[in-house]
Amino acid sequence: MQTIDLRGVTCPTNFVMAKLELEDIEAGTTVEFLLDDGEPVKNVPRSLKDDGHKLLGLKEQDGYYTLLLEKGAD
Amino acid sequence: MAEQKIDLRNLKAGGFIKERGKDLFTVRLRVPGGRLSVDRLAKIAAVAQKYGKGYVHLSVRQSIELINVNFADFDAVVAELGEEQQKVASCGARVRVPTACGGCEYNPNGLVDTQKSALEVDEKLFGTATGHHKFKVCFAGCPFDCPKSAINDVGFQGAVWPSLDADACIGCGLCAKSCTEGALAMADGKPVFDAKKCIYCGDCIKVCPTSAWSAAKKGYTVRIGGKWGRRPLIGTLYATFVPEERVVDFIAAVLAWYQEKAEGAGRVRLGDIIIREGWQSLLNHLSRDFADFVVAETTAPQVIVNQIPLPGQA
Ligand code: HEM
Ligand code: HEM
Ligand code: SF4
Ligand code: SF4
Ligand code: SF4
Repeated sequence: MQTIDLRGVTCPTNFVMAKLELEDIEAGTTVEFLLDDGEPVKNVPRSLKDDGHKLLGLKEQDGYYTLLLEKGAD
Repeated sequence: MAEQKIDLRNLKAGGFIKERGKDLFTVRLRVPGGRLSVDRLAKIAAVAQKYGKGYVHLSVRQSIELINVNFADFDAVVAELGEEQQKVASCGARVRVPTACGGCEYNPNGLVDTQKSALEVDEKLFGTATGHHKFKVCFAGCPFDCPKSAINDVGFQGAVWPSLDADACIGCGLCAKSCTEGALAMADGKPVFDAKKCIYCGDCIKVCPTSAWSAAKKGYTVRIGGKWGRRPLIGTLYATFVPEERVVDFIAAVLAWYQEKAEGAGRVRLGDIIIREGWQSLLNHLSRDFADFVVAETTAPQVIVNQIPLPGQA
């Protein structure tokens, strides 16, 4: 599974980077994003849901978060 | 009497404010909710170019103000603005143009249609004489409260009451992570809701991947009695989840109380009348028609200590 590391990237750059990465991925594929605590973990999942992707889960480890997501159809 | 050069009816409603210079006035325009079409904006620019100073001022309450307009040009200014349905705003002891944040069609935080509410209040209540002092209303789309509802005579703030369908929950924990108020905590893989901490922002509903959270109620949180200026007051909570379609009636009920209770008080804002009469009086008055929405109790408007004059200053 592809992992996209967005740690250290602030809002809204992290969301725009996530969008760009998802452009090259086929619908139905599962990917994970690494997100910082704070604004990123609050904002990025919600914005990706708004864009039509399916959120599958969120896990915390060592102070950051892993968001599991299935790419939606365009 | 000398022949009249201008139509005095245009002046009656206000919106023409005397400037320093001889014969010069500021013309304040009516822009409810701060939204205007680009065509109207272009017309305003053309009028400002022709009759004004070459600049405009954006007022704190979302009006565009034309600067340095000669009073002899009032009629022409009103007529030319009218070509794009642009009206002049009001001043004085009246219901002012309502302000509102951008609107939920494009702002991802918005929970209610603040633009629609602002237009409705502008249409039905703008210019209503209070008999006492100015009366300001604003609409915020969500608890971020960009329009600052608590410093208006009546301030509205969009709100939703979240309700959980536990069967639809996949236990991802996103809602608990999203809730900045600490109203949600995960226990045994499901969120536990602490109603005492919830501020009705709807972030949990927006983030939930399976729509396990939904809005059981939607409407406005209402604060009353705020103002800014020389002696600021912070408005306090009177009602929750007031439906959008009851907003005009609600304001009218507050106005009726103000008009009656401020009788003889002179130029006094609503918040100061509430302090004088006691919040119970206004709450009782509102519970007649809005029993389903008013809170059980509130507090007097909060006085803001602005530290001037300096203590000890003679
Ligand atoms: C796409 C996302 C967002 C948009 C388009 C947006 C837009 C705006 C705009 C236009 C205002 C100014 C409103 C006005 O004064 O007329 C504002 C104010 C504000 N925003 Fe945002 N915002 C966004 C996200 C956020 C986020 C994520 C936060 C905080 C976590 C936030 C917190 C605030 C606060 C607190 C204010 C009021 C500030 C004040 O005047 O005291 N906004 N926002
Ligand atoms: C010739 C007289 C006056 C003019 C031209 C004037 C003009 C204005 C203007 C342009 C604003 C800002 C509106 C906006 O940003 O949209 C304002 C706000 C305000 N004015 Fe005046 N004003 C006058 C007299 C007064 C007086 C006598 C008082 C109080 C006794 C007063 C109290 C306030 C307050 C409290 C605010 C802002 C805060 C609020 O609305 O709660 N003004 N005024
Ligand atoms: S009050 Fe809420 S909806 Fe309105 S502009 Fe601010 S964040 Fe957006
Ligand atoms: S509505 Fe806002 S404050 Fe209330 S539980 Fe949901 S996220 Fe928390
Ligand atoms: S976001 Fe939705 S699915 Fe995830 S834990 Fe909360 S209620 Fe359950």
